Amino acid sequence: MSRRTDGGPRRRLAEGGIRALLLVLASTATLVVVLIFLFLAREGLPALERLSPEQLLSRRWQPTSESAPSFGLLPLLAGSGLVTALATLIALPFGVGGAVYLASFARAREREILKPVIELVAAVPSVVLGFFGIVTVGPALKQLLGLQTSLNALTGACVLAFMAIPTILTIAEDALRAVPRAHREAALALGASPWQASWSVVVPAALPGIGAAVMLGIGRVIGETMAVMMCTGNAAIITCDPTESVRTMTATIAAEMGEVVYGGLHYRVLFLIGLLLLSITLVVNLLAQRWVRASVGGRGS
Amino acid sequence: MTHRPWERAGTWLLRALTYAMAAGVVYVLGEIVVRGLPVIDLEFLTAAPREGGLAGGIFPAIVGTLWLVVGTALVSLPLGMGAAIYFSEYARDSRWSRWLRTGVITLAGIPSIVFGLFGLGLFVIFLGFGASVLAGSLTLAFMILPVIIVASEEALRTVPQAYREASLALGATRWQTIRHAVLPYALPGMLTGSILGIGRAAGETAPILFTVAAFYLPDLPSSVFDQVMALPYHLFILATQHPDPAARPMQYGTALVLVALVLGVNAVAIVARARFRRRYRS
Amino acid sequence: MTQPQRDESAAARRGEPQAQQPTAPPRTKIEVERLSFWYGDKQVLHEIDLRIPERGVTALIGPSGCGKSTFLRTLNRMNEIIEGTRHSGSVRLDGQEIYDRSVDVVALRKRVGMVFQRPNPFPKSIFDNVAYGPRIHGERNRRRLAEIVERSLRRAALWDEVKDRLGDSALALSGGQQQRLCIARALATEPEVLLMDEPASALDPKATGAIEDLIYELRSGYTILIVTHNMQQAARVSERTAFFYEGRLIEYGPTEQIFTRPREQRTEDYVTGRFG
Repeated sequence: MSRRTDGGPRRRLAEGGIRALLLVLASTATLVVVLIFLFLAREGLPALERLSPEQLLSRRWQPTSESAPSFGLLPLLAGSGLVTALATLIALPFGVGGAVYLASFARAREREILKPVIELVAAVPSVVLGFFGIVTVGPALKQLLGLQTSLNALTGACVLAFMAIPTILTIAEDALRAVPRAHREAALALGASPWQASWSVVVPAALPGIGAAVMLGIGRVIGETMAVMMCTGNAAIITCDPTESVRTMTATIAAEMGEVVYGGLHYRVLFLIGLLLLSITLVVNLLAQRWVRASVGGRGS
Repeated sequence: MTHRPWERAGTWLLRALTYAMAAGVVYVLGEIVVRGLPVIDLEFLTAAPREGGLAGGIFPAIVGTLWLVVGTALVSLPLGMGAAIYFSEYARDSRWSRWLRTGVITLAGIPSIVFGLFGLGLFVIFLGFGASVLAGSLTLAFMILPVIIVASEEALRTVPQAYREASLALGATRWQTIRHAVLPYALPGMLTGSILGIGRAAGETAPILFTVAAFYLPDLPSSVFDQVMALPYHLFILATQHPDPAARPMQYGTALVLVALVLGVNAVAIVARARFRRRYRS
Repeated sequence: MTQPQRDESAAARRGEPQAQQPTAPPRTKIEVERLSFWYGDKQVLHEIDLRIPERGVTALIGPSGCGKSTFLRTLNRMNEIIEGTRHSGSVRLDGQEIYDRSVDVVALRKRVGMVFQRPNPFPKSIFDNVAYGPRIHGERNRRRLAEIVERSLRRAALWDEVKDRLGDSALALSGGQQQRLCIARALATEPEVLLMDEPASALDPKATGAIEDLIYELRSGYTILIVTHNMQQAARVSERTAFFYEGRLIEYGPTEQIFTRPREQRTEDYVTGRFG
């Protein structure tokens, strides 16, 4: 062969170099996840050496008390739990109901307008929604229900639900639309009404995807910081009353980290809370992904 | 076909829920626009805040946010687009690449406040950057990295496999194929998709709380090691420090500028992407 | 067409073409031995033995899913870009094993060009499409590129139709023109072998005729393998035909013999249209 070869070895080296570089870039995300765990553990875990389990599980969160600082995490866990549960309850009917409506009943034109409008929320910064909660949602609820304070668990939950609905709606609607048309048509051909066909055939078939949508929505709610901090009133108490002021884990970190001594006990406990929060959201997201995979798998067969 | 009354009622309920949500969105944005617009004038956009933010403007916060956006883009775009190229063009379905993908998905699910803690621990304290544009941009960049990877991968997937095959069959190497037969057609989509992620970074507060944001700093930054004011943090301060109605105009004005910035960036990206897709199809 | 020789079933089974030119037997260009191929756990090629002489057209026929396209793609290692594939056996080009570790797949594909089922020009100008290969292989000189482009387009019988609009997008061409452009693009890297995977299946009869004429023209300069499901096409353009069925090479011989006096019952069933 008399043809010119293009410097084979050198070119192969360059190809390998580019591939290696891109592999490094692709590894960054995983590396950052590991680093996040490492740094949160490095800064947070030493708190466990200085606080007993009883102290951490006490019902008092008073980290800045001069006389007897107390680092009981229960009120914060309860606060996050209450707000998350409330927000999920509020978001569920809107998110899933809206998804069913858009996927099964809405006209195409209707859907083309409603969906992007609702998804617009994802582009509104949470601090703006928190501000809106303070000036509009809180006072409205206070007047409507005759409450003592406008900043409470319910106000926070309403704002959070508002943020979670587009997440739930979009993913659930995708799952519903992924159900083969033939299923629905078969039900209709057997004399089912559109309503019956939706609820007896389409929704059950899309259930894993809807479950994933709800889990992802919950994951978003647990981790949300600014809107909660601005709207819930931040009282570190344990309560099941939605009209009381509560304090979540995220709000505690955001509100207090600015005033702590680096390396001090309070600082370490805040990192410990971050580690706890990270673990909880990872578990929730892992569950969501299981369901996503289940629904994708079901779709493929 | 029999439509039982309660079925019709049920459909109406679903319709009402959907429209209520859409109406809520329109109301929120409408309020911000209607109440914020009268506040916005030249002084508001070009002056520093006075009297604890109750007078003057928000110029340093706008500039600070722009610094952060540029810094975030400079870090996250090469990282994210490079990673997307790897996942789309090189990665095979191996255990190793599945791990890396899991890393991306996991990163996407981490709460923004945790990124704030991470940025504080790694960049501000451990690496000694202090609270600075550098620390804040890096923190934001890692937070939106998954968005950029996913958006870029999607854009790469829209390039027909036939282009890759044609190029490879002509004796082009993997990288030559990517460089000449894939990237030219994917790049606009990769960029616009990534801009959506960067727009999100502009509106984030929690990750910059401890890594860069300054409460009040009328001076503009001169290097990446300076602290800056930022729009979202400024709105947070205004909203929580001044509960009195007298502060409302400044709050709405700041909210409007922030929303306009984020939505404006998104709108440009979405329009550009739609145009790009249409041209591409024909 | 060359005359088939009599009674060579043993040679046929060994996969040797029985058509021998009386003068100067042609050199073997591609030699395939016991080639098997798998997609994951699914074996799609079973111990293929085949010898392709230099120059001329060999048609690969068989019902869809018989492995003929897969076989074609093993010859320039394009199958490797699909995940989870493996092979056993050997493929030699001019006597050199193409699956050898020392072989540069890029250099191989430069020598073994390929034309796909659907025309797949890049959304670039006509000129840039044809110049793609030479540029990739390091040709920067504008004048030489222009020469290569003209020569390739002329060989692909497209020059007269596009010479005044080389800067136009290739996507503006008709389907048949696009496919001839893809052939020109493949010719521009000066391959020795040209693999064509049902190159006319997406085209109308008129464009198909133009492609067939072109293949007929190119036979003297290149070793061409063409996969086709169209038996008239195989009969029109090829000297040799290989019949594949369920991943096996059933029969290989001069085209005329395959179509008029097949030795295998399955070949006869197929060429007479009883299945497939």
